[in-house]
Amino acid sequence: MRNTEVIKVALIGNPNTGKSSIFNQLTGLNQKVSNYPGVTVEKKSGTTRLTNKVTATISDLPGTYSINPSSLDENIVLQALLNPDNEYPDVVVVVADVENLKRNLFLFSQIKDLELPAILVVNMADQMKRKGISLDIEQLKVELNSDVLLVSARKNIGIEDLRKSILNYKQLDTSTIENISDRIDADFFSRVRQSFKDMTLYKSWLLITQHHNFSNISENLQKRINSFRVDTGQLKKMQNRETILRYQYINNILKKTYTVDTSKATGLRFKLDKVLTHRIFGYVIFASILLLIFQSIFDWASVPMDFIDATFAKLSELTKNELRPGPLTNLIAEGIIPGIGGIIIFIPQIAILFFLISILEETGYMSRVVFLMDKIMRRFGMSGKSVIPLISGTACAIPAIMAARNISGWKERLVTILVTPFTTCSARLPVYAIIIALVIPNQRILGIFSFQGLTLMGLYLLGFFAAISSGYLLNHTLKVKGKSFFVIEMPNYKIPSFKNILFNVLEKTKAFVFGAGKIILTISIILWFLASNGPATFSNASEIVKKEYIDQGLSESEFNQKIASYKLEHSYIGIAGKYIEPAIKPLGYDWKIGIALLTSFAAREVFVGTLATIYSVESDNDTATIKERMANEINQDTGEKQFDLPVGMSLLIFYAFAMQCMSTLAIVKRETNSWKWPLLQLFGMTALAYLASLLTFTLLK
Amino acid sequence: MKTTIADLSVGEKGVIQDISFDNVPLKLLEMGCLPGKEVELMQIAPLQDPLYIRVNGSHLAIRKETAKLIQITKSENLCEILKS
Repeated sequence: MRNTEVIKVALIGNPNTGKSSIFNQLTGLNQKVSNYPGVTVEKKSGTTRLTNKVTATISDLPGTYSINPSSLDENIVLQALLNPDNEYPDVVVVVADVENLKRNLFLFSQIKDLELPAILVVNMADQMKRKGISLDIEQLKVELNSDVLLVSARKNIGIEDLRKSILNYKQLDTSTIENISDRIDADFFSRVRQSFKDMTLYKSWLLITQHHNFSNISENLQKRINSFRVDTGQLKKMQNRETILRYQYINNILKKTYTVDTSKATGLRFKLDKVLTHRIFGYVIFASILLLIFQSIFDWASVPMDFIDATFAKLSELTKNELRPGPLTNLIAEGIIPGIGGIIIFIPQIAILFFLISILEETGYMSRVVFLMDKIMRRFGMSGKSVIPLISGTACAIPAIMAARNISGWKERLVTILVTPFTTCSARLPVYAIIIALVIPNQRILGIFSFQGLTLMGLYLLGFFAAISSGYLLNHTLKVKGKSFFVIEMPNYKIPSFKNILFNVLEKTKAFVFGAGKIILTISIILWFLASNGPATFSNASEIVKKEYIDQGLSESEFNQKIASYKLEHSYIGIAGKYIEPAIKPLGYDWKIGIALLTSFAAREVFVGTLATIYSVESDNDTATIKERMANEINQDTGEKQFDLPVGMSLLIFYAFAMQCMSTLAIVKRETNSWKWPLLQLFGMTALAYLASLLTFTLLK
Repeated sequence: MKTTIADLSVGEKGVIQDISFDNVPLKLLEMGCLPGKEVELMQIAPLQDPLYIRVNGSHLAIRKETAKLIQITKSENLCEILKS
């Protein structure tokens, strides 16, 4: 291969400027999500070929209004531009929206002061005429001493020019904008300049004001920083003054280059806001949209989910029949294939949910939901922004918890992360479905509402109320430092870009498959191993069984059944199931359900598969469905049906509350950077589940 | 009692006089909410909080507690003059 030059590009900009559109136009499908070294935050990057010899790697940084971060998401931008741990970009592309140019130039002025080569991309240029905006690009280039481009990402106009500008980044000017620092406090900054000769002035200023947001600051550097942090009140005043001065600078430039004919401004936003944030219609519309989302998760997803389920079952059977029998075949057919199937099965629901959520975000409607819900959510220790994680949680808690990153208050974010696993995720659904079908009579009340449907709805509501009431409780008990504040932009309404939505769905699905998928697959394999191995009594199963039944004249198949059943009971997992039996007996469960509870830690829906395994090895009748097998299961002690109403309800309640998902615990550990919070979830939620199930079983028995 | 953004009714405008800088997040200033700028109350959320304002070309939602920290003078009939 020829030696190619690689240009590192950082793409930054305010939210809602069409930054993702530009990223998608530049990189197409050459995108990947990876982790920043040392920081547990994802980095989205892509590559694009500029010429035969030059490629660009583009990092799509989260949307931000300033490089002074106010949330974890925004902190990434600061890290990417300043942290010596990360690779510095060669050139920064700042995306601005033509309508909000003033506020966008604020961020641009900060980037300029970092003395990095910067290109200003004014996006949505196609809207200028309609909005009555005129912009003197040539004059703006002179004023900013930078490259400025007019682009319309959605219509793919100006992207080629952007590639050319990136290619010629070495010609960009890297001087700071007019001297703001001296006007803030000349004396202070001359001392800073003296002390931090090894870096740009603005970087040292950011280190002084934002030092807590940096990792790996050397002792020497920290000492120098501290010497300027004597009066933090004064620093805050200086930051405020800096902001005012930057806006003055920008206003002066825009006066010469930018005009808006206000008579052309359309009142669409105003009119839509009147309806969408109306005190009654606002909530009615939001509730209808929620209903539509849930409806589509169930209806649209059920077809591909059934298909995936059937395909993997067939694949597993095929492997068993076609490959030479042996441990490796068993591992593939009983461990790996069902494990992968258990991951793939969630994709339809996750994809559909994020498809719909992306539409709501792209159109600008989500900000209105945040606005409508903030006051309500605050009572439960959360913020209006927590609505998005809570909705996403109905598909899967993992992307939902990651979506909490843009909540700026730590306490509000933490409460959101802690309560999200209570929402009824799709992994609970197969468990609910089978148990409801077993124990709730298939009858209708008043001819319309089925008992089964009402039970399912009740479980969803139960999850939701568990989430908000634990939020309320945490709000009053958690002693967490950190002020929360709430400032959100209400962006203009837009027609969503299909490409952006598609890419977002792909990204979220990939994050799930590769994040949670690894854990689910690993645990599936471990559980398979534990179920197919055991101590001496396990390996000698056939002799032991032979001795016991030698006089009973069993047929060969009956005999094999006895062996398989004996094996499972004496496998490691069977031993574990028996071991916990005394603890779960008060809830109405036997050791077989105990096994299923343990395997549910891979993912809850494994419950169904595990019971299928347990009962299929016990029964020779292959045509019986899992449901029938479960219905015929007899409790050894009472001689009655194992899955009666009290046990069924007790199990439903247990699954509604218990924290049984290793992947979620891993994500919570990663997002909170501490074991304290996932452990709190594990023990708190499981204890609640135990007590609630105990109560249910005792009352119904 | 000083007048703040929280005292505006929907559709009313005012000019920002002073901001309690110590308690207002820097982010709000960075988004364009600065002294001397005109502010208009666009909408109040159904439960009286947060407030939806338009300031310096930005459309923002802020909580009432923050709005109370931003002093303004109401511009009953002066909107025309203040438009600049």
